[in-house]
Amino acid sequence: MSDYILEMKHIIKEFSGVRALDDVNLQVKKGEIHALCGENGAGKSTLMNVLSGVYPYGTYDGEVEYKGQLCKFHNLRDSEAEGIVIIHQELALSPLLSIAENVFLGNEQLSMKGVIDWTKTRQRAQEMLEKVGLDNENINAPVNSLGVGKQQLIEIAKAMAKKVELLILDEPTAALNDEESKKLLDIMLELKNQGITCIIISHKLNEISYVADAVTVIRDGKTIETLVKGVDDFSEDRVIKAMVGRELTNRYPEREGVTIGDTIFEVKNWNVFHPDDPDRQMLKDININVKAGEVVGLAGLMGAGRTELAMSIFGKSYGQKISGTITINGKEVVLNNVSDAINNKLAYVTEDRKTNGLVLIGDIKENMTLAARPKFFSKHGVIKGNDEILAAEEYRKRINLKANSINQEVGSLSGGNQQKVVLAKWMLTQPDVLILDEPTRGIDVGAKYEIYCVINELAKAGKAVIVISSEMPEIIGTCDRIYVINEGEIAGELTSDEVSQEKIMQCVMAHNRKE
Amino acid sequence: MEKKRVNLDMKQYGMFLALIAIYLIFAVLTHGKNLTPMNINNLVMQNGYVVILAIGMLLCVLTGNVDLGVGSIVALCGAAAGILMMDYNKNMWVAIIVALAIGLVVGMFAGVFIAYLNIPPFVVTLATMLMGRGLTYTLLKSQTKGPLPDNYTFIGARFLPTYKIFFGDGVLDLVSIAVAVIVSVALIMSELRSIRIKKKYNFALAPAWQTILKDAIMLFIIWFFFYKLARYNGLPFILLIMVILIAIYAFITTKTVAGRQIYALGGNRKAANLSGINTNKVFFWVYTNMGVLSAIAGIVLSARNGSSTPKAGDGFEMDAIASCYIGGAAVAGGSGSILGAVVGAFVMGILNNGMSLFGWTTDVQKIVKGAVLLGAVTVDVLSKRKNK
Repeated sequence: MSDYILEMKHIIKEFSGVRALDDVNLQVKKGEIHALCGENGAGKSTLMNVLSGVYPYGTYDGEVEYKGQLCKFHNLRDSEAEGIVIIHQELALSPLLSIAENVFLGNEQLSMKGVIDWTKTRQRAQEMLEKVGLDNENINAPVNSLGVGKQQLIEIAKAMAKKVELLILDEPTAALNDEESKKLLDIMLELKNQGITCIIISHKLNEISYVADAVTVIRDGKTIETLVKGVDDFSEDRVIKAMVGRELTNRYPEREGVTIGDTIFEVKNWNVFHPDDPDRQMLKDININVKAGEVVGLAGLMGAGRTELAMSIFGKSYGQKISGTITINGKEVVLNNVSDAINNKLAYVTEDRKTNGLVLIGDIKENMTLAARPKFFSKHGVIKGNDEILAAEEYRKRINLKANSINQEVGSLSGGNQQKVVLAKWMLTQPDVLILDEPTRGIDVGAKYEIYCVINELAKAGKAVIVISSEMPEIIGTCDRIYVINEGEIAGELTSDEVSQEKIMQCVMAHNRKE
Repeated sequence: MEKKRVNLDMKQYGMFLALIAIYLIFAVLTHGKNLTPMNINNLVMQNGYVVILAIGMLLCVLTGNVDLGVGSIVALCGAAAGILMMDYNKNMWVAIIVALAIGLVVGMFAGVFIAYLNIPPFVVTLATMLMGRGLTYTLLKSQTKGPLPDNYTFIGARFLPTYKIFFGDGVLDLVSIAVAVIVSVALIMSELRSIRIKKKYNFALAPAWQTILKDAIMLFIIWFFFYKLARYNGLPFILLIMVILIAIYAFITTKTVAGRQIYALGGNRKAANLSGINTNKVFFWVYTNMGVLSAIAGIVLSARNGSSTPKAGDGFEMDAIASCYIGGAAVAGGSGSILGAVVGAFVMGILNNGMSLFGWTTDVQKIVKGAVLLGAVTVDVLSKRKNK
């Protein structure tokens, strides 16, 4: 008898003629944390959907063996009955229901058929919360009163309540900051000690090397290799090589031929208060400036106020009682709304492309030209349709967008390509200053590289670029200068030759002590 | 360079074909009664106001909402016009302008609550529906006001100038035929122009036979329609109003910045906001516009009836909403077209008309209309799901 809890053999899955999975093999040992890596669209999620019964037995070729038995799952319920629970990237919680109720959502504690036993629900919810380190939360509070990181833990508690044996986490830390991620990963290690097997899908290689015992790399629907900790080379570069099929010698492309010019963007004495609470100051006396051709980073922990700063600058899209001055190209400007900002050559690429950036049911062309339309693609309010098509085509090629045509629905594109559409949308407004908020969140290594190339191109064209990112290596790798923001204040300023992750954290810590 | 050819998107024409199919089914069932010149004329006159309302309603539906108040505003504006002409002996033009102004004000009233106070449109328009109806009954003292003056009823019940000659066993209006010729030429010209532009920019063309077949069918429908009208009394004045409104709104929704902003808002309000679109303003104008179009429909309806009644326009909001959905607009907003809504309105109209001719009561008609609405939306949703 093998010590594998799960063996997926020669899995083939086709969607209307296209092979999403082509002879994939995955072997997971009992009690290990097994990472699944691959670029977006490589087939990781498809594979997990095969495992969990979302694609029922018979719609794929190959065999799934779980605890030595051939699986014939027809839906999620079948796989959950066997102790296989999948936690998706999008949280499956009902925001206004209580924490306790959410923990037992779909798995209600009953006193008799169809009647909920509330005492039992609360009592057992408390037990589950203890297992994920949330013992101090009020189980009667609505689940949306928790932050995203804790909600993610509630999902795990929910899985625990289902007596999970094999837990699958699909990019669990995508929306979490470093601290929350660490906590989640530690909980995973704790679960491992309790004998629970985990499969984690993640783009963050540092996390994988932290928790995983083995990693299987999938590329273009095929298994490339499985690396085992302590046996094979387990370094990040090794995994990246397997993922992209080539050595990415430099994850951050060199910026060449850029001349840094005069300061063209400056924010002075910027103060912003919370949109719902006029007494709560969110940003205090912020001063930043960016030169033409310069890439400036805003580093800091999640909730430090970086996005709030960007959005309050961008046409007062966040906050109230805003004071301070903005200077663009040597002229002081007042930006009361987004179209003022666009007209003054300022662009903001949102951190959340799906909710704030794209019209998902719209096509690529519509999305690309949406913001630039009043200024560049219309005359007296009438759209110049052919100009739009030409511009969209031009940018499709320029940013290497993988799509059938500019009429393709944006919702059907992969995350990386969606991000490129958002970028193109703002490049089309012909800005001089661009603020990129988490420009590579949730996209694969290859697409990230392409986004960095676009940033370089912008700098080369003499634009002022501000990059906000929670991934410190990214900020360090792409920026000429970095402002560290903490608790709504500038905690420090670092140039590229002195910056390191430790330096940034030291700035934050020093600032915290001053408080 | 080899020319790319792309098949015509049949989904785009699906609703149109369904309309023709329904019409032909009733032609068989009623032994051709719905093919008579008089009936074609009735179809236009009876559905004019639903078409006008469906145009405005589409904009509301595009935002992901509806306007429940339109039926009441139709009645209110008709009542105001009637009272001014009958009780105060005002000129027809004064009555029309005041009716339009009332529609505008009611629309702005709803718009302020929806756009600037963030009250859900369903609630706001439910309120305008109740208030509008109550106000109408109060103004009219629950009485019907009529008959309205002749020059006013012209709008709803009369025809454009004609030049009739004897033809076959009846008459033929040459003005209608002339319009048909103009429309045909315009259709062919625009098709040629679009082919020329596509060639110039090297866009994909549809196969020649598909284009020719499509245009042949459209020409046949145009000639059938105008010939029948020519055999009756010429072109109804309502048709002119309808065509002008359809043309204006089709242009706005497809070719203007303001129109596309409605789609962007319906697709993702936050993203629209962060793209420089003042979404409050869009909401405000969409509902204000609905008020004005309701007023136009109210004028047309009272003119056709020759009277203002407190019950006028009862349930029209539902017909207008149903027209949009039958015409392929998405309930969640962000997708749909003016032509779709117009076709949807005519599907409802042809069903009503055909069933009446066939001898079914209005009770049965409602059951059928409900089933058709449910069926059309179900087919639409399922076909979209299949594509994914």
